[in-house]
Amino acid sequence: MARTIIPFGPQHPVFPEPLHLKLVLEDEIVKEAVPALGYVHRGLEMLADIRDYHQMIQICERVCGICSTIHAQCYCQGIEELMGIEVPARAKFLRVIWAEIHRVQSHLLWLGLFADAFGFESLFMQCWKIRERVMDINEATGGNRVNVSVNIIGGVKRDLAPDMTRWILSELDLVEQEVKRLEKVLLHDYTVKKRTVGKGVLTKDQALELGAVGPTLRGSGVAQDIRQLGYAAYGDLSYTPVVAKDGDAYSRNRVRFLETYQAIALVREAISKLPPGEISVKVKGKPEGEIVSRVEQPRGELMYYIKGNGKKNLDRLRIRTPTFANIPPLLSMLPGIELADVPVIVLSIDPCISCTER
Amino acid sequence: MTEGIIVFNMTPNVLRNFFSKSATRLYPKETRETFGNVRGELYNKIEACIFCRTCARKCPSQCITVDTKEATWQCDPFVCVYCGVCVENCPKKCLYQKNEYRKPAIEKEVIFMKGEIKKEKTEEDQQEK
Amino acid sequence: MKEEVISVTPDTLGNKIAEMKKNGYRFVTMSCVELDSDTVDILYHFDKNLELAHFRLTIPKNEAAPSISPVYFAAFLVENEIQDQFGIRFDGLAIDYNRTLYLEEEVQRAPYCRITVSNVEGSEGD
Ligand code: SF4
Ligand code: SF4
Repeated sequence: MARTIIPFGPQHPVFPEPLHLKLVLEDEIVKEAVPALGYVHRGLEMLADIRDYHQMIQICERVCGICSTIHAQCYCQGIEELMGIEVPARAKFLRVIWAEIHRVQSHLLWLGLFADAFGFESLFMQCWKIRERVMDINEATGGNRVNVSVNIIGGVKRDLAPDMTRWILSELDLVEQEVKRLEKVLLHDYTVKKRTVGKGVLTKDQALELGAVGPTLRGSGVAQDIRQLGYAAYGDLSYTPVVAKDGDAYSRNRVRFLETYQAIALVREAISKLPPGEISVKVKGKPEGEIVSRVEQPRGELMYYIKGNGKKNLDRLRIRTPTFANIPPLLSMLPGIELADVPVIVLSIDPCISCTER
Repeated sequence: MTEGIIVFNMTPNVLRNFFSKSATRLYPKETRETFGNVRGELYNKIEACIFCRTCARKCPSQCITVDTKEATWQCDPFVCVYCGVCVENCPKKCLYQKNEYRKPAIEKEVIFMKGEIKKEKTEEDQQEK
Repeated sequence: MKEEVISVTPDTLGNKIAEMKKNGYRFVTMSCVELDSDTVDILYHFDKNLELAHFRLTIPKNEAAPSISPVYFAAFLVENEIQDQFGIRFDGLAIDYNRTLYLEEEVQRAPYCRITVSNVEGSEGD
């Protein structure tokens, strides 16, 4: 049988961002896939050389648009640990609240894009319509729709007043209601299942071996989530990872959908337990030493390696984003599936290319 | 999940949208009220500025240029990322951000402001130095 | 780092990595840190049940490091990235992009290596 090589991307209708895959096909069946990156590489890590460690917060936020506050949180937690700063309890809870609000909007964004990948346009628009409400929460609380920018070293910048938290809760109730109306569609609809069930299977062993993270890992039946470490205030909140067993595109969809509910529940719990007190502490000194800081992003484990040398510029900042870790698993999902399913499978890992390349 | 083929799940949502108010606005004719606290357009109340360069040093995108001798303050609004760091750090609190975002433009422009050098320095400024 | 960092040499690296694989560790990533003008640190990060483990390999820049991608396939991407950014070569890569993952073919220098001490501003007083 003749082999054909088809370039998939970098510009493709389903991709919000440029990723290039060289697909080796036999008829319509994918035999091999090789990724090519480098279309949106920005060299952000190197900015640590010329920006001081406070300014790096804003740069870390811009590694990824969809999970910006979580990037900043990871970075700040790392620096705080290096410098031995104890963050006030209220700030920890506030960080969780913003992080989980971000998770809701990120998952809604993804659910929409995923629906778009298999041509379910009305579902796509419905998801994004719901997401708008969450973006409004971001804007009203943090000051911006996307780059909420609330984390600073030593705590958070902004506080939530009681009437604001009440408003957040009422908005989230509406979001939850609207998401619930989509549950039947996203989890049980014929169209959705036909395009996702049994497609792009990643077994539990493969997932662990290839270093999958986040919903891709949990969709394969591994209950692992960095939030289990109890960083920030997660230790005080009731949290169990959402897991699905089958490892196919449908399982990953299911994990993300159920995590949306869970994130809303976590915001509610964090607001109800929100302790009074200070929201930040003063920072003195310069970071020195090396540290690995990890948090759970909507797409999975985010890792920062920070090395400071007692100066205001960091020696090295290395960012390993979840999509970077999920590309090798993606390559193992693709062989054996039809070309028409490739967009669905690629989207099922929730690729975020600009974070991958930084 | 044991159910057979379930179709038309989306129909209730579609119908609901059909009978409810439009989710979008006729922008720019109709705009939403802005939230308070939003980090929008950045300006300087130049009369109060003491040209200490704190904002220029703290800015992560380095879009502010301050000339101490000429008493000018300059900001490139299309490089600014509207993070608000300069506003927080200004010792005179003369920087402020509006609640509205900057409108898209097809030409670049620079905010250029000229003030006067204050002769007397207050104690507070000296501490700042 | 909170966890212990175990130093390895190019000769002992292979055994250690194989051991990690046998013990069911998940490969997290590698970080490359420039130490001075001719040596770099390569850190290998692993995770098992949320416990991290690190290895440190210190090598001269002009020497090729052994690739771990035949054992942990997932490492091929980050090893290619380090090839691009620091100019370190890896022997035995599963998929070798030959320094074109992020870079164009004609680029010769390693963009993440500081050629001079690049502390541009000296403006902050403290
Ligand atoms: S920090 Fe404030 S007072 Fe100082 S130069 Fe900037 S605007 Fe003027
Ligand atoms: S808002 Fe941020 S980017 Fe804009 S001038 Fe101020 S510090 Fe610079």
